[in-house]
Amino acid sequence: KPLTISKKVPNNLTEKLTPESKVTSHNNFYEFGTNKTDPIENSKLFNPEPWTIEIDGEVKQKVTLDMDAIFKQHAIEERIYRLRCVEAWSMVIPWLGFPLAALLKQVKPTSKAKYVAFQTLYDPERMPGQNSRFSSIPFPYVEGLTMAEAMHPLTLMSVGLYGKTLPAQNGAPLRLVVPWKYGFKSIKSIVKITLTEQQPPTTWQALAPNEYGFYANVNPEVDHPRWSQGSERRINDGFRAERIPTLMFNGYQDEVASLYKGLDLRKFY
Amino acid sequence: MVRAILQRHMSVIKALVHLAIAAPLAHLAWQTWQGQLGGDPVQYLTHFTGKGALNLLFITLLVSPFAKRFKLAPLFQLRRLLGLWVMAYASVHLAIFIYLDLGNDWALLFNETLSRPYILFGMLAFAVLLALSITSHNGIRKRLGRQWQKLHNWVYLAAVLAPVHYYWSVKAGLAEAIIYLVVAGWLLFLRRQKLWAPVKKCWHACQAPKASKPVTRQSALNHGNIHKT
Repeated sequence: KPLTISKKVPNNLTEKLTPESKVTSHNNFYEFGTNKTDPIENSKLFNPEPWTIEIDGEVKQKVTLDMDAIFKQHAIEERIYRLRCVEAWSMVIPWLGFPLAALLKQVKPTSKAKYVAFQTLYDPERMPGQNSRFSSIPFPYVEGLTMAEAMHPLTLMSVGLYGKTLPAQNGAPLRLVVPWKYGFKSIKSIVKITLTEQQPPTTWQALAPNEYGFYANVNPEVDHPRWSQGSERRINDGFRAERIPTLMFNGYQDEVASLYKGLDLRKFY
Repeated sequence: MVRAILQRHMSVIKALVHLAIAAPLAHLAWQTWQGQLGGDPVQYLTHFTGKGALNLLFITLLVSPFAKRFKLAPLFQLRRLLGLWVMAYASVHLAIFIYLDLGNDWALLFNETLSRPYILFGMLAFAVLLALSITSHNGIRKRLGRQWQKLHNWVYLAAVLAPVHYYWSVKAGLAEAIIYLVVAGWLLFLRRQKLWAPVKKCWHACQAPKASKPVTRQSALNHGNIHKT
């Protein structure tokens, strides 16, 4: 469905956009299968309507919102962000959405709220990958941010891309986008947000803590055991993706480096 | 009777085997050309050709136990053909990795090989396959004489390196990789006598100079003392 952009944000990103057909056909979304082409194939019947999202935990005002409420309450803006996967490929995507901060302010976090936990829909009937014996990741998929990361103006709740609502394989109807972190932090098809005092568990960290950290900031200096993080393959309109150097915090260093002052990024990867 | 048929139609059988193995590769090229493999087919292409090479390697290693078990000697003639196809799939696999994945950056290839054991294992397996392919020519085989068989026993090393390479490379969904490791273990188990022979030989050679001590009832009992009640 087409979406109207109600707020234009100036963008200084000069890199070429990844073609829409590639953004929507190359996805890591294990809920629909582990191959990159599985999600587009296996989500054809997935209907994201009706959808509600619950926000609770350390808040003064618990809410359950449906998508109509979300569209009514938030102005939709376009943000062109780099997306860097931990597998060392990357894209440039024109997302549509609104700052997560706007949503969180609505529920009035208490002083105890230090972290934000997110959860993807668990519904094996609609998400066949959740039934697969070959997938070794536990469902529902969960992710988390610190409160400061969640409130950062770059952190986006996305409801669309390329001028339309999100396709199922990209996390319909509502997903997180945190552009300075590896893609797996940007959890898809969110049904629940819980503000917590303690650091919440995250799916990949629970699975392989030596490979995936809670922070998962894009960092060319800290290698993943299986992939060099010094460079990445930018998926563009050519057949062969281009190898380019990876930037610290995925190029958002000026905006976010202050969040991690004094933190040893080798230890807190 | 099966044996006679195999014997008589070996060239037809060989042609069919060639066709059966080339077809998936041709299909893959077609799918890539048609853009059916998604926005970035590198991972799929890498896995497809890598798994293809592994499957073919296992099929190659299955030929002799199968032929011996069912007394189908003509099948031995298929081993070189199959082995060369393993090499072909492995070469495409490596070429995709270097050209498409690493973007032809040879310095990166060098660093990655040294810093990531799974890539190193893959490279070593490839080196073994390369040596075996080069020496598969009849002329070279004759010239090498008895050394040839010794050299070609290195295939068992490749049969271990390749599935471990695969196991270490996967992010999630280890089940499939574990199945490959089990199959490799089974194929080597079928050859346990052959593989143990050099070990035994060495063992005996080492033991020979020492006078072997007869095992007395008392010393045997001493060894069994751990669970004394």
